Amino acid sequence: MNRRTIRNLTRGLNATYITGLSLAILVFYLAPFAFMVFTSLKTSGQISALGSPIWPAKAASFDYNGAKAEIYKVPVSTCSGFDANDTAIKNLAAVKKGRQQTTFVDPENLGGGEIICKVSWRALDRPWVWAAAWENYTEVWKTLNYPRLMWNTTYYAIMTEIGVLFSCTLVAFGFSRFRFPGRDFLFTVLISTIFLPGFVTLIPTYTFFQKIGWVGTWLPLIVPSFFANAYDVFLLRQYFMTLPRELDEAAMMDGAGPLRILWSVIIPQSYPALVAITVFHIVFAWNDYFGPLIYLSTNRQAWPISVALPIFNGIYGSQPQLIQAGALMAIILPLGLFFLAQRFFIHGIVITGVEK
Amino acid sequence: MLEQLNKLPRLPTLAAFRNLSPLARREMQHGLLFISIWIFGFFAFTFLPMVATLFFSFLNLKITDGILSTPDFAGIENYMRLVKDPLVWSTGATPGSFWVTVRFGLLALPIGIIVPLILALLMNSPHLKGQMLFRTLFYMPYIVPFVAAIYLWGGMLNPESGWINRTLMYFGMAKENVPLWANDVSWVYPAYVLMGIWGVGNAMLIMLAGLQGVPTELYDAAKTDGANGWQTFWNVSFPMISPVIFYNVVLSIVGLFQYFQVPLVVNQGTGRPGGHTFFYNLYLYKTFFTYQDMSYGSTLAWFLFLMVLLVTVLLFSTAKYWVHYSGEAR
Repeated sequence: MNRRTIRNLTRGLNATYITGLSLAILVFYLAPFAFMVFTSLKTSGQISALGSPIWPAKAASFDYNGAKAEIYKVPVSTCSGFDANDTAIKNLAAVKKGRQQTTFVDPENLGGGEIICKVSWRALDRPWVWAAAWENYTEVWKTLNYPRLMWNTTYYAIMTEIGVLFSCTLVAFGFSRFRFPGRDFLFTVLISTIFLPGFVTLIPTYTFFQKIGWVGTWLPLIVPSFFANAYDVFLLRQYFMTLPRELDEAAMMDGAGPLRILWSVIIPQSYPALVAITVFHIVFAWNDYFGPLIYLSTNRQAWPISVALPIFNGIYGSQPQLIQAGALMAIILPLGLFFLAQRFFIHGIVITGVEK
Repeated sequence: MLEQLNKLPRLPTLAAFRNLSPLARREMQHGLLFISIWIFGFFAFTFLPMVATLFFSFLNLKITDGILSTPDFAGIENYMRLVKDPLVWSTGATPGSFWVTVRFGLLALPIGIIVPLILALLMNSPHLKGQMLFRTLFYMPYIVPFVAAIYLWGGMLNPESGWINRTLMYFGMAKENVPLWANDVSWVYPAYVLMGIWGVGNAMLIMLAGLQGVPTELYDAAKTDGANGWQTFWNVSFPMISPVIFYNVVLSIVGLFQYFQVPLVVNQGTGRPGGHTFFYNLYLYKTFFTYQDMSYGSTLAWFLFLMVLLVTVLLFSTAKYWVHYSGEAR
């Protein structure tokens, strides 16, 4: 073998190792999703049945002359009409059970008539067949009042989204396009609010909202979003700073004011960053638990899914299949959005995390 | 993002404002006008509430008090209570909430940095086929809403029907030896860590982007010098991505100080098993929302703030010894 072949070989081997290792980790990493899907399709009997497989399954049976005959895995060597040395195992339906011998029929060959085997049906295993309990989802849908929860969560996401886009665009524009003394100081203050523990502002804020009667309404969650937040301002500012100033200056020569420049020069060039903020924010709103919990738990009509799910699970604690079905229904929308917009997600993360 | 904080800019002097030309003054007015939304929001939702929290911590106040009632001045009573509070500091069989937070943090922090770093190194390998797909799929669980992820893992870690214990039993562990996870004093932190690992996709992507930003010349140079894989990582990759790691360490520590939503949902905020999930912030949450004690809640909140501040300042002051900024101005 010449050198190049050896090099190609090692490279191929490395690719196999690395990709194989990543794949193995990935299988463990994503197994919970399979767990959720499988569990959500089981009946409670299937979950507790001994020796049942991990996928939704029930013991197989067969309709024989109007009666339900259970199917067993029968070693055919014990049966009449088969070679005693035959090691094959056949799935046969028991029509007459006995301790010494059991009468079976072959569901795939009914014409073959009854088969008598010298075996106790109790000693036999039963094959499992796929049996999905889709009714779990209808049950959760009804109990949770799912459409209402979806609407509430979406409403929360959209209203705060409007606030975030509006305020963060203006503030980021101010920080990226105007020079004035103290600007960098103010920007540092903005960034440092990321480290501020939420509780150090929560008690007076909550008390204030309670005194003015806002607890139990959406307002304490929506109104603050109209006053900008550090992450989104940072992301937008970084993006705005990469845009060439020449276009701004040309527009200024034409007599455009700052708002006009923002609207017709900056924003049209910033769609990737704006979309990134939008999708991040939707995910954030979908995820948000604590805010809705403290402000909305007294108002059942306004519950988003994150608040409703724990309460639902308090009622259905003993029915894991319903809990998993509920959880699955809560993640479908954000996951779908992620797959549609993953390019923007990844780009946005890189801007906030890596750039200085 | 954090380099912004490394070079603390000074407040401008008055002279800087006095010497502005009319054009520059106009620019300042426009700039301030645009950021005024945030300035207002900062005062209304951050600065004033912080001052109010500090003020409350020196009073005796209940949320049920009327706005116009005159509160009792408590002096440093609340702080004296905090210093002696066994629910914060106890080192007995039922650990105080401060130690619960620290113990869990000591386990969760290194794992929360090393796991995404290893994944990012794997994803950055030139030998990996289908990098985009892997990247997307490893990131995916991060999108799963927090509450849904908790229940998902609650099922996975169910002592009888959960897949983790089924796997352990499949590999021969006796049924009476399997961990009870969320109800087991010695397994509840690993259970929380597992739930946390599920969300490392974000940190992984940030580290991956950092690794991809390392100039290839550096790797070539290391190769020429005969460096092996570990040496290349330790002397080239790690210093180059140390700002990114620093960013993640700081944010993780700040997050761990505030950790309480998982125990609030998983163990219903009871602190079970044996008080080992009674985190500092859970105590704070209960003090305010359950016992409605605004003043002591505010005291706990300010103390939390001081701890976070102290730790971040310490971290930033060590940064110059191990975080490598390549000095390019962007």
